[in-house]
Amino acid sequence: MDNLDQLVASATSDFAAATEPAKLEDAKARYLGKEGSLTALLKGLGKLPAEERKGAGAAINIAKERIESALTTRRDALKSAQLEAQLATEALDVTLPGRGMPRGSLHPVTISLDRIEQLFRSIGFEVADGPEIETDWHNFTALNTPENHPARSMHDTFYLQGEDGKVQDDVLLRTHTSPVQIRAMLAHTERYKDLATMPELRVICPGRVYRVDSDATHSPMFHQVEGLWIGESVSFADLRGVVADFLRRFFESDDLKVRFRPSFFPFTEPSAEIDVAFMSGSLEGRWLEIAGCGMVHPNVLRFGGFDPEKYTGFAFGMGPDRLTMLRYGINDLRLFFEGDLRFLAQFH
Amino acid sequence: MQFSESWLRSLCNPSLSSEELCHVLTMAGLEVEERRAAGADFSNVVVAEVLSVEKHPDADKLKLCSVDVGEANPLQIVCGAPNVAAGMKVPCARVGAKLPGIDIRKAKVRGIESSGMLCSARELGLSDDHGGLLPLAADAPVGEDIRRHLDLDDHLITLKLTPNRADCLSLLGIARELSALTGTPLLAPDVKPIAAAVADTRQVVLDAPASCSRYCGRIIRGVNANAPTPEWMKRRIERSGIRSISFLVDVTNYVMLELGQPLHAFDDAELSGAIHVRLPRLGEQLLLLNEQTVTPSADTALIADDVKPLAMAGVMGGEHSGINEATRDLFLESAFFPPAAIAGKARALGFSSDASHRYERGVDFELQRKAIERATQLIVDTCGGQPGPVTEAVSAAHLPSRQPVRLRTARAARVLGIRLATERIEAMLKGLGLAVERQGDDFLVTPPSFRFDIEIEADLIEEIARVHGYDNIPSQPPVAQMAMMPVTEMSRTPMALRRLVAERDYHEVVTFSFVEAEWEADFAGNAAPILLANPIASQMGVMRSSLIGGLVGTLIANRKRQTERVRIFELGRCFKRDASAGPVTGFAQPLRLAGVAAGPHLPEQWGAPAARVDFYDIKADVEALFAPRQLEFIKAGHPALHPGRCATVSLDGRPVGVLGELHPRWVQKYELGTAPVIFELDLAALLATPFARYAEVSRFPAVIRDLALVVPQSQTLAPLLAALRSAAPAIVRDVALFDVYQGKGLGESEKSLAFRIVMQDTQRTLEDAEVDAVIASLLAIASSSFNASLRG
Repeated sequence: MDNLDQLVASATSDFAAATEPAKLEDAKARYLGKEGSLTALLKGLGKLPAEERKGAGAAINIAKERIESALTTRRDALKSAQLEAQLATEALDVTLPGRGMPRGSLHPVTISLDRIEQLFRSIGFEVADGPEIETDWHNFTALNTPENHPARSMHDTFYLQGEDGKVQDDVLLRTHTSPVQIRAMLAHTERYKDLATMPELRVICPGRVYRVDSDATHSPMFHQVEGLWIGESVSFADLRGVVADFLRRFFESDDLKVRFRPSFFPFTEPSAEIDVAFMSGSLEGRWLEIAGCGMVHPNVLRFGGFDPEKYTGFAFGMGPDRLTMLRYGINDLRLFFEGDLRFLAQFH
Repeated sequence: MQFSESWLRSLCNPSLSSEELCHVLTMAGLEVEERRAAGADFSNVVVAEVLSVEKHPDADKLKLCSVDVGEANPLQIVCGAPNVAAGMKVPCARVGAKLPGIDIRKAKVRGIESSGMLCSARELGLSDDHGGLLPLAADAPVGEDIRRHLDLDDHLITLKLTPNRADCLSLLGIARELSALTGTPLLAPDVKPIAAAVADTRQVVLDAPASCSRYCGRIIRGVNANAPTPEWMKRRIERSGIRSISFLVDVTNYVMLELGQPLHAFDDAELSGAIHVRLPRLGEQLLLLNEQTVTPSADTALIADDVKPLAMAGVMGGEHSGINEATRDLFLESAFFPPAAIAGKARALGFSSDASHRYERGVDFELQRKAIERATQLIVDTCGGQPGPVTEAVSAAHLPSRQPVRLRTARAARVLGIRLATERIEAMLKGLGLAVERQGDDFLVTPPSFRFDIEIEADLIEEIARVHGYDNIPSQPPVAQMAMMPVTEMSRTPMALRRLVAERDYHEVVTFSFVEAEWEADFAGNAAPILLANPIASQMGVMRSSLIGGLVGTLIANRKRQTERVRIFELGRCFKRDASAGPVTGFAQPLRLAGVAAGPHLPEQWGAPAARVDFYDIKADVEALFAPRQLEFIKAGHPALHPGRCATVSLDGRPVGVLGELHPRWVQKYELGTAPVIFELDLAALLATPFARYAEVSRFPAVIRDLALVVPQSQTLAPLLAALRSAAPAIVRDVALFDVYQGKGLGESEKSLAFRIVMQDTQRTLEDAEVDAVIASLLAIASSSFNASLRG
């Protein structure tokens, strides 16, 4: 049967030599077509003696299958090659930029405020909002800062001109977010007035505040976040714990140093300033004033509808502008309010 | 409050370094804002006496000096100072000395050897005075190190005192605090009564005892008003930030700094009769020492004599009754004015004085006699004079009272979160000079006359926390009852909205809430905005009633920085007078979200044609912000916007904002080149989100038919679409515009609007006949109500 093997080898080699489908079909006809060599062999079977016919037929059929298989393989190969050639012509420059609309950006202070909100939300603080044109009563009086209190000179307050052309002295641009404390307390104590023991009040109040001040480190409008926690057993130690935890989370720095320094605010007693020091970076080791805080003054609790004998609480106020400057290494407060897209587009 | 560290240490000298001392003060609430050296860093400068001065043989302006520096042989030094003279004592930098900026070496000056340098104040970094050599006192010991002689290793410390700590507005007060904090003894100055040498007195009458409840006065006759201020005193007051003027003025300042009691010295010759502390008479005027003529308000106390006002009590003396170099007899005042009587008085006149600063915060009301004796002693010691007896007028009923305050140890523990031993609390309170009566675990504490900030238990809790050290109170994670926070699907947060806007390629800005009046007029049509009474600048004079002005302002600023494509937004409050608005009556303060897009719609890129941003680009943004809720856009007018390209944004029949192209008038006025597209929306409307309502999804095939209608050019889409939708039977799931065509094949005044109509039923497959009927009915509506025809 050597000639059968030769025939298969010859067919395989002819198929391989065919470089396009038409030539492959020509080659196929030479072996498997009506006049093909293998077809001729099959036709010749009838002339063989009966006892040889069976064996020869089987051998020829094996050879035919082998040739057909070689043909299929070659056809697939040619098809793939054709496809590849076509795909090659369709290739793109994948390094060209994508089309369409890019993304904008969020203000860096907004990003900080969002993180502050998220951090405090994670320990059960709600977010409260309050008016920016505020009453003198909410901004000062209810915060234990009566008229002519020296602490009022700590705030250079913007006042409005009334419609009669005179200074309208019952309202002002809020000098801090602390009046939202009063509004939150009053709403809370009104809501739960029928309960023997009110649930805890945990709230933060972010927003814009205003003072008559303008230089490289002061803006006449800036941001503050006020925090307030009132309950039956809220202590200064809790205040320290919450604030230190917050600052380490905010700056994502476990080795941040935090210190509390006695200070004075009319609406807290005891009162403290909070300083932080970073353990690395350009500000390494320097104490930076970052927030004011304290235990809510009994008079303020009373103004808010709480019995100061039953409830205690702490409050803090911090400057998200400063926190943002420290976090991103921004050196000029004014950048926040100038709307320069080259600056703003850096924050997402 | 600025002071000299060495002065403080003369009153209380703990064994702490200068830095440590400052740390102790800071951590007790007396924040050290600044600490700087009294003199520059230099060495090897000594007190020298100029023995002789000769002319330099080769230089007109230079002199050859023989200088005694306390060694066996005098030094030869060449000096160019105009004031060098034989016999004067001056600082001499010796060879090897390092001065700020120069090292002193042996040198030849114009051929003559010079072994050192005689110094001016500037060369030693003491002041800017470079007019000549710094003259030293005649009795300065030759050879003594100048640092020691002038106490230059001293530090100038500035405290940033909180308004409650008026008791620390004096060296004695700070020393008292330092003593309590460190346990180091207090060395208070020994003040003894000075016996009267003459019998002269002036009667003092407290006509307004609520404004002055104690007044001590004393005549001192025959003082030498020209006596120089002793160096030590001058140095102390100057290092405390007060300029030396004349000895008598310096003494009053010295005692104020030392004890905290403001004093005033009158020229007795200018006074007539008794001294009155009274309220002003109608229209009464007074010329103050700062040359300001004031008409004091009715509640401003004056110091007056029988005929005229002399001074504004506790604020400032009068120009005509003050002392001067010709004064022979003086009348010294040491008084107590209660804080309420002085608060705000100086500020109302636009200034502040050392006296008013102290009085409005609280001066020790038992200090007046001690202070007048102290000043008398210093005056008599230095410039002679014969003191009369002290006249003291007091209205005990009007002196501040000091009520005992109860401190419960248990309450302190509850507030602070740390239990301090009762004995420790007692020791801390006593250390602060408070009168303490122990009652079991509680205390009855009476504050001293120098503390104005201890009225309630919380004040005492602060005192013990402060002395114990805030940083010694543990920092503990709080324990609280857990409750889940609500998470609603009915609204979203402003932050979520901001992210959505930023996703659409807007950059968030924060602009000032006070703007230029012109912006309010141009962009909000607001001719009567809310005015600030005290704006920081005229272009920040009015409260904004719209965010548009600030955004256009930001656009202009960015254009100036050559940024062509600007897409910005702001979320903030606007302000408008509205009698019915709250929570602050009379003012509506809604939060809004506004955006401006200018320049190319897309950033310049290879695959998209360049196109300027237009109305419909930004309309898509507004629609996306409200999605899935459907808005209506109603043609409208707005002062900021192009009258033909402006719409009111309406949601559920209620206006929630505005969208449009900036009016060409403003484009030109503000030199913007091309018109930006602007939107401004109510935040409250944006934050509400609809709760999803499930509708069954059909398993049957949908039938889609297109309907192209030719309508008059002027036909707006909305009414036609609304009519088609309302006329459509239930099987119509959607009617949507997919093409607008004008031009070839249509008349000049015609356009074609093509709608895609999707029909589907949830229960069955639709039949052709009913689909055809729907299309026919829609066409009928369009042609009958809108004069529309089917496009052929």
